[in-house]
Amino acid sequence: MSQLSIVTVLELVPLAGVIGLFLLPKGSTKLIKQFAIGVSVVDLAISILMALRFNRGVAAMQFVESRNWISSFGIKYAVGIDGIALVLILMTTVLVPIVLLAGWKESENGRWSPRVYYALILVLEAMMVGVFAATDVFLFYVIFEAMLIPVYFLIGGYGRGERAQAAMKFLLYSLAGGLLMLAAVIGTYVIATNQIGSTFDVTALSGLHIDSATENMLFLGFFIAFAIKAPLWPLHTWLPTAAKSATPATSVLLLGVLDKVGTYGMIRFCITLFPHAAHTFTPAIIVLSLISILYGAFLAIGQKDINGLIAFTSISHFGFITLGIFAMTSQGLTGASLYMVNHGFSTAALFLVAGWMASRRGSTKIEDFGGLQRVTPVMAWTFFIAGMSALALPGLSSFVSEFLVLVGTFTRYPIAAIIGTTGIVLAALYVLITVQRSLHGPTTPGNESLTDLNLREKIAIAPVIAILVIFGFFPKPITDVLNPASHEVMTHAGSVDPLPKAGK
Amino acid sequence: MLIAPQLSYSLLAPILIVLGGALLGVLVEAVMKKGSRAAIQTAIALGTLVLSFAFLWKIHGQSSKTAAVNSVSIDGVGIFLQGTILILSFIAVLFIADTDNFAAQASAVPGSEDERASVLAGKQQTEIFPLTLFAVSGMLLFPIASDLITLFVALEVLSLPLYLMAGLSRRRRLLSQEAALKYFLLGAFSSAFFLFGAAFLYGYSGSMSLDGIASAISANSSNDVFLLIGIAFLSVGLLFKIGAVPFHSWTPDVYQGAPTPITGFMAACTKIAAMGATLRIFYVAFGQAEWQWKPIILVIAILTMVVGGIAAIAQRDVKRMLAFSSIAHAGFLLAAVLALNTDGLKGALFYLATYGFTTLGAFGIITLVRDSSGEVTDLNRWVGLGKKSPLAASIFTLFLLSFAGIPLTSGFIAKFSLFTGAYESGNTVVVVVGVLTSAITAFFYLRVVVMLFFTDPKNDSVSVVIPSFMTRAAIAVCALVTIVLGVAPSLLLDTAQTFATFIR
Repeated sequence: MSQLSIVTVLELVPLAGVIGLFLLPKGSTKLIKQFAIGVSVVDLAISILMALRFNRGVAAMQFVESRNWISSFGIKYAVGIDGIALVLILMTTVLVPIVLLAGWKESENGRWSPRVYYALILVLEAMMVGVFAATDVFLFYVIFEAMLIPVYFLIGGYGRGERAQAAMKFLLYSLAGGLLMLAAVIGTYVIATNQIGSTFDVTALSGLHIDSATENMLFLGFFIAFAIKAPLWPLHTWLPTAAKSATPATSVLLLGVLDKVGTYGMIRFCITLFPHAAHTFTPAIIVLSLISILYGAFLAIGQKDINGLIAFTSISHFGFITLGIFAMTSQGLTGASLYMVNHGFSTAALFLVAGWMASRRGSTKIEDFGGLQRVTPVMAWTFFIAGMSALALPGLSSFVSEFLVLVGTFTRYPIAAIIGTTGIVLAALYVLITVQRSLHGPTTPGNESLTDLNLREKIAIAPVIAILVIFGFFPKPITDVLNPASHEVMTHAGSVDPLPKAGK
Repeated sequence: MLIAPQLSYSLLAPILIVLGGALLGVLVEAVMKKGSRAAIQTAIALGTLVLSFAFLWKIHGQSSKTAAVNSVSIDGVGIFLQGTILILSFIAVLFIADTDNFAAQASAVPGSEDERASVLAGKQQTEIFPLTLFAVSGMLLFPIASDLITLFVALEVLSLPLYLMAGLSRRRRLLSQEAALKYFLLGAFSSAFFLFGAAFLYGYSGSMSLDGIASAISANSSNDVFLLIGIAFLSVGLLFKIGAVPFHSWTPDVYQGAPTPITGFMAACTKIAAMGATLRIFYVAFGQAEWQWKPIILVIAILTMVVGGIAAIAQRDVKRMLAFSSIAHAGFLLAAVLALNTDGLKGALFYLATYGFTTLGAFGIITLVRDSSGEVTDLNRWVGLGKKSPLAASIFTLFLLSFAGIPLTSGFIAKFSLFTGAYESGNTVVVVVGVLTSAITAFFYLRVVVMLFFTDPKNDSVSVVIPSFMTRAAIAVCALVTIVLGVAPSLLLDTAQTFATFIR
């Protein structure tokens, strides 16, 4: 049991990289950047190795490792991954080198040195891997909360505009949710102590017998924390401010990866630990998801700031993900998990290209762009493809996941699925209006001399576009990994997929 | 004929040694030359504390009710708290040894010619060292005293030197003297309440010992009104010392006015001693009467957390802010009184120890932030300190994060273990209010972080002075403990568990 898991290696490599960063000689910014990217590429290579060794047919946790940490509370350093965790970890390790390469200059206008910036990102990477891999509730909670600190300093130290306030708002929202979750964690632990002895192991805890009133309270404790993280209406207000102030790279990691911890937590903890409560609250959560989908979409249409637009589209998309999870079908769950990955990549593409557009134009207002198609064709096309992915155009990967979510929802909640579908129409609206305003039409004065993407930027964005297209046509490798895990979660939750009805 | 009482000197040695050291210090004041006093006094104080700890180490694991007839109980909790007080006092003396913080001549009228002359003559008020040792001896006795008279004597022995020490600030002397007077008057009041309560409890039970009161309660023999009045008045005295609402109003004024090293010493050690005595009284004497006092203590705990947390937001002075934060922490600690179980006790022991280190360290940093006229405690003048001296600002941030209970700091584990005990005993309300208040307290701690790091420095003469070796060592130890016990809490938690027993 105590052998070193490859997951632990994935966490240790970036941490070792941080130490390495501080050993590098002073004044060599370029070397620091290259070193940090090198470390993240090594981590990527290890994660690919892990994916290749992953046994797809097995639903149980793989690459498990378990060591005593705080023995008087039965707390362990316990990690292990199933299909859902695997794809999220892979998404993380792919995105980190990309955002580092894409945001080459981001670290230079900050409050502190580039060294600190890269150290924070690498620490964050280790934590992101750890949070998806943790199978000990306490360990998960510790990383879940500790993760806020590097993000806080990344927004506050390297962001734009009202960055200090945005960082503060982000942190306070997350802390408030996290502390409620702490109360629920304690409650679960005390019940476990009375029934099976001190443990935080998620599998052991999922077998507890909890009376339904308590279960509902504990579920809410976890759920509110996760609903703040994966912003669900009405707990979303921190997100647009954070997205407007953070650098593109931080935004990608924040919306692309960190917010997924919220939706992932709903699957791993809310549904697994409190299945009955999950069923009880399903109607309410589905309503909130639908509101998020529509609200996010409507506000996205009205946005004048390009980062604000991406933030509100994300709120709409998180609505879809939550809908898929709480449809309580394995199809919906697979769709939601796939959606998490796709949203990660399409948001990454949007934020990165929008960041390049903004840094060239010196503005983030949509009206300041226009006619970019003519001046900077490559940049315009990449933004176009990213936008198409956001509206889930068939042939791009988001389509598959959105379709799965809606199908999975329809078998159980047809009306919710129909309302959700209108979100797709609105998505077409907000994406196409933005594309038309910023890319097409006559070139807005002041944009004539903008330069197109350089080689570094092309290298950074190419893999993202490739992933969006490839998994749009051929999602099977990912769905194969996800399916056993989704079935396992739903079976445990006592939810049987409804049989399809034959039409007449 | 008077029979000399049997004393087991080995068990009482830690207290007797500290008293001896204090007397030696007084002698030094009488016979040594002025110039050499400071160094000798420091050596005596530190040596005394080390020697006392060595003797305490010898008796750990022992327990006795008859060490001094029936007036003290040597047991796990007592020895743990004595050890903690000794270690923290050692660190506090390292801060106190920087005599630049204390009045040159306490008897000189502030602003007078006399004062100026004594400063110019390089006079120093070295009585602070024996006074500290006297206070420590009272603190060592307070948590082990097991009858009401000994408790009262210990309370006075620890308080009287502190009243004096609070008035010894070198700068802003009027504020300091006002603080001392306020502390003295209110302290005298609370002592009177304590004594009044003791009289009623004697009237109720016919006994001064905690055991006698406990057995009178379980026999339920006589007038309940006497018991209630007794508990109420005794509690007022205790709650005053730990700074609980509504007996907290002295705290901000005294914390602000007292010389900063003394504030740290009071905030850490007085709180431990008073909390230790409170725990003993409520666990041992009043445990059987829990239905009589639990509702009111619950209300006080909640009020203390909420008032401390909210009032701290409005503070502009760092010492006042930490004063209100210490009030909020007193509220958290009262959760352990309500828990009335071993886990709550364990949590309280761990909490007191870690909170002591963090508090001392934080006040230690405050002594270093100065301009030409001395310490600067106005938070508005701390802005941008992160740029001027990143190390000091980072360490202060670490302490603040620990106060806020962010994971991977000792403060988080402390809160977790304390709330676990409270939850186990069914006090869910206090846990939920506790976590919500933690979110409030996080706000003002983080606002300081924003000031330190995210605001540009003003053109101001405020800077962090280069600390002496002893101050540096003391801060380093506090920071180290805060991190190590956050990452590997088992080191102390297991010890706290073994020691978490009262002899009854």
